[in-house]
Amino acid sequence: MSLDKLFGIYTIAFLAVTVLIGIGEVFFGLPNAWIGWIFMALSLAIYVFIGIVTRTSNPDQYYVAGRGVPAFYNGMATGSDWMSAASFISMGGALSAQGFAGLAYVMGWTGGYLLLAVFLGPYLRQFGAYTIPDFLGARYGGHAARVIGVIAAIACSFTYLIAQVTGVGLIVSRFIGLDFNVGVFVGLLGVLFCSVLGGMRSVTWTQVAQYIILIISYLVPVVYLSWQIFSIPVPELTYGQLLQRNNASAIQITKDAKEKETRALWKKDADEATEKLKDPNLSEGDRTRLTATRAAALAQARPPAPSEDAKFGYYLTVPSGVGMWNFLALTFCLMVGTAGLPHILTRYYTTPSVRQARTSVAWSLFFIFLLYFTAPAYAAFARFAIYAKLVGSQVADLPRWVTLWKPAGLFDVVDKNGDGVIQWADFVVKSTDFVVLATPEIAGLPFVITGLVMAGGLAAALSTADGLLLTIANAISHDLYYNVIDPSASLAKRLTITKVLLIVTALISAYVATFRLSLIVELVAWAFSLAGASFFPALVMGIWWKRANKAGAVVGMIVGLGITTYYMIGSRFFGVSWFGTLTIASAIFGLPAGFITIWIVSLLTAPPPKHVQDLVVSVRYPKSGQATAREAQGIGLGQH
Amino acid sequence: MADLTDRQKDEYWRYNVRLTTILLVIWFVVTYIISGVMAGWLNQFVILGFPMGYYMAAQGSLAIFVIEIAVYAKLMNAKDEEYGIREEA
Repeated sequence: MSLDKLFGIYTIAFLAVTVLIGIGEVFFGLPNAWIGWIFMALSLAIYVFIGIVTRTSNPDQYYVAGRGVPAFYNGMATGSDWMSAASFISMGGALSAQGFAGLAYVMGWTGGYLLLAVFLGPYLRQFGAYTIPDFLGARYGGHAARVIGVIAAIACSFTYLIAQVTGVGLIVSRFIGLDFNVGVFVGLLGVLFCSVLGGMRSVTWTQVAQYIILIISYLVPVVYLSWQIFSIPVPELTYGQLLQRNNASAIQITKDAKEKETRALWKKDADEATEKLKDPNLSEGDRTRLTATRAAALAQARPPAPSEDAKFGYYLTVPSGVGMWNFLALTFCLMVGTAGLPHILTRYYTTPSVRQARTSVAWSLFFIFLLYFTAPAYAAFARFAIYAKLVGSQVADLPRWVTLWKPAGLFDVVDKNGDGVIQWADFVVKSTDFVVLATPEIAGLPFVITGLVMAGGLAAALSTADGLLLTIANAISHDLYYNVIDPSASLAKRLTITKVLLIVTALISAYVATFRLSLIVELVAWAFSLAGASFFPALVMGIWWKRANKAGAVVGMIVGLGITTYYMIGSRFFGVSWFGTLTIASAIFGLPAGFITIWIVSLLTAPPPKHVQDLVVSVRYPKSGQATAREAQGIGLGQH
Repeated sequence: MADLTDRQKDEYWRYNVRLTTILLVIWFVVTYIISGVMAGWLNQFVILGFPMGYYMAAQGSLAIFVIEIAVYAKLMNAKDEEYGIREEA
């Protein structure tokens, strides 16, 4: 059976099952808990099934899916490999809270694909290695560049992995009611079955299946909302009207007397906390608690528009000065990070040809675009629901979704001035993650849609976890063990090591996730800056400049990583500030430094050997990827 | 690979570099100038309820990125064809 037919039937079957569950709920009173269980069990069963069917021990299949993944499907797989728990669950909410400033994520996480398309993707495919450190090792020779690549790959992938595992735990615990720690391990089963049994081959086809689930579940609720309000099922088009209505509400709320009264009460709380913080004998715990209280109260005391006669509320206001600098810097860092993350770059090794690699980047961004293009609409619909349905409602008669979601602790509703009516300033948001997850309920949809969204969030987190696990395991087993430590290791031994590493890495990440460190979210943003500053310059220079040599690449990567890490840690913990730049935009300094260092050091040292320079030039003219792969291996493994 | 003369190789590569440069200039202007520095000014124009500065950053730029990559793939793949660069895959 052809792939199109197979995945076509799969999509229809998935929709049919969803409708069946819906019928079960509406007509036969299927309980919510069951719906949650069915969706989780069903989707995990699909992933495990694909893992078993596509199992393999052939190295080409295991590392790069036999370089046989057509552009269209590689695009889908990249889409779900890329879109993580953060894209699916958090982005809509972050946009709804931050407005324009949050759009740095939307542009950054899509615009990076252009850099990938023109600078890296097709050339890496032509080079035809197995991993990204593999490319560094072959291009620059020796072990130094490869080993730094391994360290950087593990650093960015592992932090990112913990965030995915945490996402899995959250979803499973919230919808199924399992304990968070149990949920984490249940979810990992789905990941391990694929990656251990069939490596890249299994992961690829599972990711395609996961993309289909995640995109359906992201679009359905917001399309329905658009239909409900405007009778047009295209939220991406209709939410402009909501932006206007929301803006009018924001300005109205800024002027409203009751709102002002409520804000004044919050301001008073903040001032009281400030007074108490002046006490030098305060214990460390009290100090932390008071600081948090003050920050929360100040956030509530802030009106939604800069002034009463402003044209735009903060939501639509474009930042200026340092705010604009940070917006641009963050967008840039997210873009180069996108083009530098190894688990994404590796996906372009799996296409059958350079041409398909080019087409595949286009499909990848298209499939990602379907979700990102909709996220700002999600944000506007959620904000509209809060303005229109929550603000002004009676404390005794809150909207249904508010009472349903309040126990989850993501937001709170407190009648600050005790007038029995909910003001905007009475709505205390603790985590904007409720936006996407609660939208089905906001729209008054049956629980089956909530179950669908849960399956989508799970698919997003698991698919990214799959790709990351494989990247980490391959970096250690292929690059570190096989290429550096024991080049005579047999194939069977290498694959066994990979499999053991997959399980060990998964268990470590699950264990770390159970600590629920609040730093995780920040670490993910750091991963982008780290990837951007370490891989991007070395890869781009390696492909585009034949004169770039080992010394340049090694020193360049160290300088790029060093400056970025210095600024990250310095600005986060020790008050270092260059031009007021945000911690998460640290690569804005490390990346140019990396490029300049590679350039200068390469020119100061001897050029790379003739055959390497010839190879760099030959990569410009596509031919059979296999042949070049052998050449590359020849260089990289020449000493063995 | 069909054996290309040095001149053909040079032409092919220069075409690639030119195309890449044009796409990157568009990418830069769309992201950092139109959706960034100029977004505040663009917000005064409102179409279908969308202030244009917000719209470009939220959706317009994304659509342009997709089109750019599709154009790159199409033109480069056609160029391969024109120069008889065939992959064995």
